[in-house]
Amino acid sequence: MNQRIVKLPFLENVANLALLALLGLLCAFPIVHTLALSFSSASAASAGLVTLWPVAFTTQAYRFVLENPAFIRSFGVSTMRVLVGVPVNMILTILVAYPLSRSKEEFRARGFFAWFFVITVLFSGGLIPWYMVIGQTGLIDSFWALIIPGALPVFNVILLANSFRSIPKELEEAAAMDGAGHWTILFRVLLPLSLPILATLTLFVAVAHWNAWFDGMILMNSPAKYPLQSYLQTVVINPDPRMLTERDLALLQLISNRTTRAAQIFIAMIPILIVYPFLQRYFTTGIKLGSVKG
Amino acid sequence: MTSRRRLVRELPLYLMLAPAVVVVLIYSYAPMVGIVMAFQRVLPGRGIFGSPWIGLDNFAFMIRMPNILQVLWNTIRIAGLKAVAGVIVPVAVALMLNNVTSQAFKRTVQTIIYLPHFLSWVILAGIFIEILSPSGGAVNLLLGRVGIEPIYFLGDDRIFPWTMVATDVWKSFGFGAIIYLAALTDIDPTLYEAAVVDGAGRRQQTRHITLPGISGTIIMLSTLSLGNILNAGFDQIFNLYGPVVYRTGDIIDTLVYRIGIANFQYGVATAVGLFKSVVSLILIGIAYRLADKWADYRIF
Repeated sequence: MNQRIVKLPFLENVANLALLALLGLLCAFPIVHTLALSFSSASAASAGLVTLWPVAFTTQAYRFVLENPAFIRSFGVSTMRVLVGVPVNMILTILVAYPLSRSKEEFRARGFFAWFFVITVLFSGGLIPWYMVIGQTGLIDSFWALIIPGALPVFNVILLANSFRSIPKELEEAAAMDGAGHWTILFRVLLPLSLPILATLTLFVAVAHWNAWFDGMILMNSPAKYPLQSYLQTVVINPDPRMLTERDLALLQLISNRTTRAAQIFIAMIPILIVYPFLQRYFTTGIKLGSVKG
Repeated sequence: MTSRRRLVRELPLYLMLAPAVVVVLIYSYAPMVGIVMAFQRVLPGRGIFGSPWIGLDNFAFMIRMPNILQVLWNTIRIAGLKAVAGVIVPVAVALMLNNVTSQAFKRTVQTIIYLPHFLSWVILAGIFIEILSPSGGAVNLLLGRVGIEPIYFLGDDRIFPWTMVATDVWKSFGFGAIIYLAALTDIDPTLYEAAVVDGAGRRQQTRHITLPGISGTIIMLSTLSLGNILNAGFDQIFNLYGPVVYRTGDIIDTLVYRIGIANFQYGVATAVGLFKSVVSLILIGIAYRLADKWADYRIF
């Protein structure tokens, strides 16, 4: 893949590598530091002794966090959100991408529907009307508020429709000749050929669901229904005294706020770290496919 | 073909679209109708149809808000700085990565610098609040060792916007670099061979082949960021700001949130939101036209 014809002179090469290594360290430092803090003793953390390695190793912060029912509950809400939200997103994405990938002859209303969906990306009613419509449809304080309003990721539809269009027409024509209808062409011809982009989009929406915090924060009335990121926002980032239980207040004095915060942040990061190798493998494919024009 | 037969043949396509159309009508188009609240004094419990009309009073109120111009300026300033840094840094990093001959080194660096893109601003805010803390945060401890007084990265309103730009670049430059790196690998290698035959040195190759080769992507992405000039990054700022930095750090989206969700002034918040949506739409329109003209880019 590397197309350099002339290699860098030795000194420039060393400088280039050193600068890149420094950038890598700059990116890794905050994350490694958080991990080190979470395994350090409270006193070492508050004395500022921790940099990249735990000082006076202890798992106390993790034990405290994992014994906190509110944390566990919101971890469960987030997990459910991913398990339900991702299939909903993917099914709707596929069902919309197929008609939009047809030619004008095959689907006369294609242009209308393409604009129908794209307009929602370009223009929105804004926060307050959105909030009120969700209230009107009875979703406030319901798990489904985290799934249904964002059920169609329009940008992913564009990526998938473009990818469908890049598949050779002959394959569909051959299937149509054998009597295949639209559903058969979609499920038997196009989808099996689109596995890399489907994997990419699945990972994207899974990460998006896991990371979403704002909707949970404003659409759920009771913290018991908060997904993990909303819980972290209200308890760890912007501690709201109303959200802390007496148990929290009492225990926080026993254990440094710093190390428990780090432990909670790190636990919330773990699912992303687990899927990260797969994300990395697929997302370059996703980006390249997205730039293919129809 | 008769229109009846045509309809029968297209029926499955409509069936496929139906569920998504319903969701989008309710949760994207109905809120657009809700914009009429910008022209109402919204009364709790009376909803969109029961509240009295007050013409442009909400907009008049918006213009008279003492901080509105400051907030608008903060938004444009932070978004503009992010857009500029968001092109320069990823392009530079992509060029640097492209010079690396060791594939293992290149992959390792890439793996590390892409990661922050996938972490939420809630998580990153937790991390940055910790390491940037003036009392015992890792960054200030390191600065202290070389004799620099603690810096209030998140608490000093002169520094806060720069902290936003820096942390935003930190989160996104690796991901941005992939896009440019992909454009770099698409450059025809024979161009370099021809240049070598013509006696072009490394710098000349960079200037006359590499940079022109990715200029389309650069122009396209910078033009499209024009549509985002009123999006200074709600997720990031909401999680990192506080009243002490409102002077330079408060942006349109955070203001709408405080007026609407925290203070229940639905009419005014909708008006401010509408102002933002309309300006953004105009800018997006201009941006797409320019991107189409300069870089031959279309979404469909």
